[in-house]
Amino acid sequence: MKSSIIKITVIFLGLFFLYFPILVLIFYSFNENKRVMVWKGFSIRWYAELFKNEQIIEAFIISMKIAALSATLATILGVMIGYSLVRIRKIPFKSFYIFLSSTPLVLPELILGLSMLLFFISLNNIIGFPSSRGQLTIFISHVTFCIAFVAIIIQARLTDFNKNIEEAAMDLGYNYTKVLYKITLPIILPSIIAGWLLAFTISLDDLVVASFTTGPGANTLPIVVFSKVRLGLSPEVNALSAILMFALIIIGLFYFYFNKKFKH
Amino acid sequence: MNNKLFEKYFVFSPYFWLVLFFFIPLAIIFKISISVSEWGMPPYQDIFLFDNGLKINTTFENYVYIFSDYYYIRSFVNSLILALISTLFCLIIGFPLAFYISTSNIRLRNILLVLVVIPFWSSFLLRVYAWKIILQNNGILNLILLNLGITSEPLQLLYNQYAVIMGIVYTYLPLMILPLYGYLNKFDLNLIDVSKDLGLNRFKTFFKVILPLSVPGIVAGSLLVFIPVVGEFIIPEMLGGSDRLYYGKILWEEFFVNRNWPGASALAFTGIIILVLPIVIFQMLYSRWSQRNEI
Repeated sequence: MKSSIIKITVIFLGLFFLYFPILVLIFYSFNENKRVMVWKGFSIRWYAELFKNEQIIEAFIISMKIAALSATLATILGVMIGYSLVRIRKIPFKSFYIFLSSTPLVLPELILGLSMLLFFISLNNIIGFPSSRGQLTIFISHVTFCIAFVAIIIQARLTDFNKNIEEAAMDLGYNYTKVLYKITLPIILPSIIAGWLLAFTISLDDLVVASFTTGPGANTLPIVVFSKVRLGLSPEVNALSAILMFALIIIGLFYFYFNKKFKH
Repeated sequence: MNNKLFEKYFVFSPYFWLVLFFFIPLAIIFKISISVSEWGMPPYQDIFLFDNGLKINTTFENYVYIFSDYYYIRSFVNSLILALISTLFCLIIGFPLAFYISTSNIRLRNILLVLVVIPFWSSFLLRVYAWKIILQNNGILNLILLNLGITSEPLQLLYNQYAVIMGIVYTYLPLMILPLYGYLNKFDLNLIDVSKDLGLNRFKTFFKVILPLSVPGIVAGSLLVFIPVVGEFIIPEMLGGSDRLYYGKILWEEFFVNRNWPGASALAFTGIIILVLPIVIFQMLYSRWSQRNEI
């Protein structure tokens, strides 16, 4: 009895700690006052202002575009890595392969961002491309560090996977390619979707790497938000936060729905 | 497509991408970190010079410059301490949560786990921003403290190292809970009952049974928190003050403000060596070891 009280208290306090700031943010987004901290009454004024703010809308579209494209390419490459690591025995310099596919998970974003920027500058000096940084360079950088997250999900899923089904299909005359497209990929499809959702969210949320690799005409949403709140508070950002948090939490729920690994 | 070609295609497409866009950029950081700096654009000399044959033009001056300056060492130490403290707090808060979640019944367990991780999905930047609102002088926390009579005037809660720790523990907590849960979930709960039956009390059960079995989870969670926090830039920038400088800020300023590319590269490469290399080596040894044991 005593231990169950402790248990409920711990869980309650933990959840309170995790959700309290989010609720505060949503609460203040309905404040009529331009001065964020002084409550003046309930209003959806800042939501209306938000949709009139061209800078934020434009940044939102750029971010969505980059996130969708980089998540897609990162998912394709990440699935290839996950598949190779679990199913293909002969990988030249396998330790190096593992190093490349897992280090971006732990490397501080700042170092990654700096390395990408210096790389693009050097590349431009040698071959004249990319002549300026912008959406393309952010896209390339995001793909590079999202691959690792997808790969780890796919790798975990394939390790659990019952190989007998694949072998049975082979015995029945399917060739390698057909087994992959007709058997393996459809079965792990939920994990692939989960990987895409994770990559999409990571790209959408990234500030540091995007700050390094951005250029004219490529201000992503986090860059705009950061420039607005670095030194103070902004009622429009409050409204944006409430919407974004809601949207991202929905994406998160889909992720859990698709990522079967989580349910065991 | 035959099998061989198909395998090559699968292995080498991502291989090619990662060598080009991940490994070469890291190599470039190293290259620039050993280049001689100069005024100009780019602000460093090439490491290969071709006058009267090939001459190699490298220097370790940038590293000497960093390691002999108290300013850089100090901020690196500050970051390591910050990461250590934050990791400890995440562990202290995360462990009981992970433990109680893993001992719940299966339906509740899944719901709780999703509830714990969902905030992690909402924007990182905005979650840090939320703390900026809470810790304002006329923010909600000061309001509560004033009303409870704990303080008579608003406390300066924002723009200091404690606010930074607060923000970090809040944003990184799910990264600690997940691996902890992963390991706690695996072990047989009957062990706890057995140890109680054998006469061990609560504390002994915890220190002799539960804790040793969750060491891998603690290590994994701590690394996931510790390493990125050392390089953290956004949280100190949003919640911190000028009382402490951290590695991330120094690196940022060395590059963007001082325009010292070789210096910034040397800082970054030092970061890689100190933070990432030990883990990579550990991981490779571990994967080789687990492979060998499988065969």
